Amino acid sequence: MADTLLSIRGLTKAYPGVVANDDVSFEIQKGEIHALLGENGAGKSTLVKMIFGLVKPDRGEMVLDGGAYAPAKPSDARRAGVAMVFQHFSLFEALDVAENVALGMENPPKPRDLARQIREVSETYGLPLDPSRTVGTLSAGERQRVEIIRCLLQNPRLLIMDEPTSVLTPQEVEILFETLRKLKSEGTSILYISHKLEEIRTLCDEATILRLGKNVGTCTPREVTARQMAEMMVGASFATPEARATGTGEVLLKCDALSMPAPGAFGTPLREISLEVRAGEVLGIGGVAGNGQDELLMALSGERLAPKGSIFFKGEDISRAGPVARRDAGLLSGPEERLGHAAAPNMSLTENGVLTAARRKALVSNGFIDWGKATGFAEEVIKRFDVRTPGPGTAARALSGGNLQKYVVGREIQQDPDVFVVNQPTWGVDAAAAAAIRQALLDLAAKGAAIICISQDLDELMEISDRFGALNEGRLSPTRAVSELDIEKIGLMMGGAHDMEVAHVDG
Amino acid sequence: MDPVLLVASIMVSATPILLAAIGELVTEKSGVLNLGVEGMMITGAVMGFAIAVSSGSPLLGFLGAAVASAVLSLSFGFLTQYLLSNQVATGLGLTLVGLGLSALIGSNYEGQRAPSLPKLDIPVLGDIPLLGRMLFAHDFVVYLSLALVVAVWAFLKYTRAGLILRAVGEDHESAHALGYKVVRVRMAAIAFGGACAGLGGAYVSLVRVPQWTEGMTAGAGWIALAIVVFSSWRPLGVLIGAYLFGGVTVIQLNLQAAGTTVPVELLSMSPYLITILVLVVISARGAHGAPASLGRPFHATS
Repeated sequence: MADTLLSIRGLTKAYPGVVANDDVSFEIQKGEIHALLGENGAGKSTLVKMIFGLVKPDRGEMVLDGGAYAPAKPSDARRAGVAMVFQHFSLFEALDVAENVALGMENPPKPRDLARQIREVSETYGLPLDPSRTVGTLSAGERQRVEIIRCLLQNPRLLIMDEPTSVLTPQEVEILFETLRKLKSEGTSILYISHKLEEIRTLCDEATILRLGKNVGTCTPREVTARQMAEMMVGASFATPEARATGTGEVLLKCDALSMPAPGAFGTPLREISLEVRAGEVLGIGGVAGNGQDELLMALSGERLAPKGSIFFKGEDISRAGPVARRDAGLLSGPEERLGHAAAPNMSLTENGVLTAARRKALVSNGFIDWGKATGFAEEVIKRFDVRTPGPGTAARALSGGNLQKYVVGREIQQDPDVFVVNQPTWGVDAAAAAAIRQALLDLAAKGAAIICISQDLDELMEISDRFGALNEGRLSPTRAVSELDIEKIGLMMGGAHDMEVAHVDG
Repeated sequence: MDPVLLVASIMVSATPILLAAIGELVTEKSGVLNLGVEGMMITGAVMGFAIAVSSGSPLLGFLGAAVASAVLSLSFGFLTQYLLSNQVATGLGLTLVGLGLSALIGSNYEGQRAPSLPKLDIPVLGDIPLLGRMLFAHDFVVYLSLALVVAVWAFLKYTRAGLILRAVGEDHESAHALGYKVVRVRMAAIAFGGACAGLGGAYVSLVRVPQWTEGMTAGAGWIALAIVVFSSWRPLGVLIGAYLFGGVTVIQLNLQAAGTTVPVELLSMSPYLITILVLVVISARGAHGAPASLGRPFHATS
């Protein structure tokens, strides 16, 4: 087995209450792109953290190029030739590219040499990047290039990539794949973590599939269908989205060529967004992060006032109305960021309930808060949405992400909105809680509310939406019924090919 | 008014603020907001004065002032970095402690005279007519303060340690993830800021006045803090800000001496008013450049 680079034998890691990895074994050959496939929570992250020295395994051993390999910290791994590109970048926005690269190296060369090396590597691997640009001005794809170049400058033998395409546009994905293929041709091994099946089929040589911490099989992705891999991943038959009837109620919320400037240096402007959503309907809005999702939510919630005549609620122009007036009218919203935007971290759940429900639920009378009623409201939300917490007096920050998410989404649903706009309702939430939140959204729609669900989870949008549109650089594609979509069309919508007619002619 | 004397006195009046501000710049670049500059300056003033008087050496006085203020600033560092106390409140507390402590220590030294710091006699440059007396006939601390500005600028721009310091100030979570010792870097930056403030304070009591009176720094520490903001956290900006403020101070003193009809109180107020005005203009322009982690507490989770 002279061609094996890394051999993993029986790695096991348990956390209190959950076995993250259970006796996982597989091998990565030299010059191979090896996929690690699994659902959220299948144990992929824990496994690569062990390979990168961030987590120590309970049992099992690793052999790197014939020698025992047990990194105690990331710098050990780096020295052994293992580099990793994280899903969430550890970059400094105010510093330039070269400085960021230098900070991630053990022994960086002189600044001038480093800038030259960065240019060389970026040209060799087709990753255009200017070393003197400030990172804060870069797109997500360009930021990822900074991380990749930081790794490549240390000549790794194994490059680990954790869900690298989740933040990229299709064009950027193509560039990345070219780079990875070139690296492979030079003999570098790549461990590629993803749950995107088509990507793995086009890129990877071998795939190891994890389910609930166990290795459930290895396959050659090119020889099996995406459906077969998906079935191995979830362990059950894979349900394709079923067509649902589009709501035919009256139009509750309508945007008419809504344009707004970017809120800050790193924001995205909204460009002529037109949409309407009817009673009983769920409109799903997809797109890669940072293409105007937050800005759209702020415009709809009233956090930023829109130009006159661009947002209509039940036929009335509410463009210049603030959040309180919109809430009173029945237009509620739930932002993406749980701590600091949806909830005040240091305030109790009751207090956080009062913050948005005070008027709709009449928790305030004559300027005084009715604490009895407020606590009652918080308890209702906790009970109905199964929020795991000692009680309504607990501070929001003390809840786990998933539980707090259930609370902040539930808090709005409990107020019976006519229109509910929500951004990333199940972000970072475990599968069971996510299903509960989605069901609550569907129930709300069934009662006659109109829902706009902004999400980066396409599967989620396919599951709950009646119609779908995608944001790209602040523009919204025309919305289409989910029943007439397939993966290809969605890709085109997300990639900014707004003129779908072209695709129709081809297809 | 003699222009030679005017420029020379502007340099002397700007030096203490410049020293304190360049130190605070480094502290803030590491992400720590130390509002105790005034307290550290006055501590430096009294310690420098006391040590210089008892040893007869102004040099020892400056050294002692730097050490004393650095130690005081480290108490702030311990509270905010290890015990995670609120930086604003702790900084304000530091100022009050410094003012009280200095009054206590200084009570025996009121009315005494400090040994004077010799002016440097720089050959060639000092002999240039006009310019020589204007720029090259000062004591060494004036040049030290200017050298410090250049050194800090080069340190932040060109050295790896400077890069790490900025990285810690921008995003302590990422810096920690990359394996840098956030708290240690910040403690060093706090101590440097303290030492510089101490030097600035000692310059007030040993050169500018030169005697000890209670509360003699008279808000110079606050001006230094404002100048760091004014500079948008750039060393060259600190230099400009300090000299601008020094200039306004000296000019209003001269106007008072010349007997203008403008009320004295208004003139004394003018440097502070101008500082506020400049800060307003800068904020309105929206150009900040503040370190992103400034004033945020850091607690390593893993």
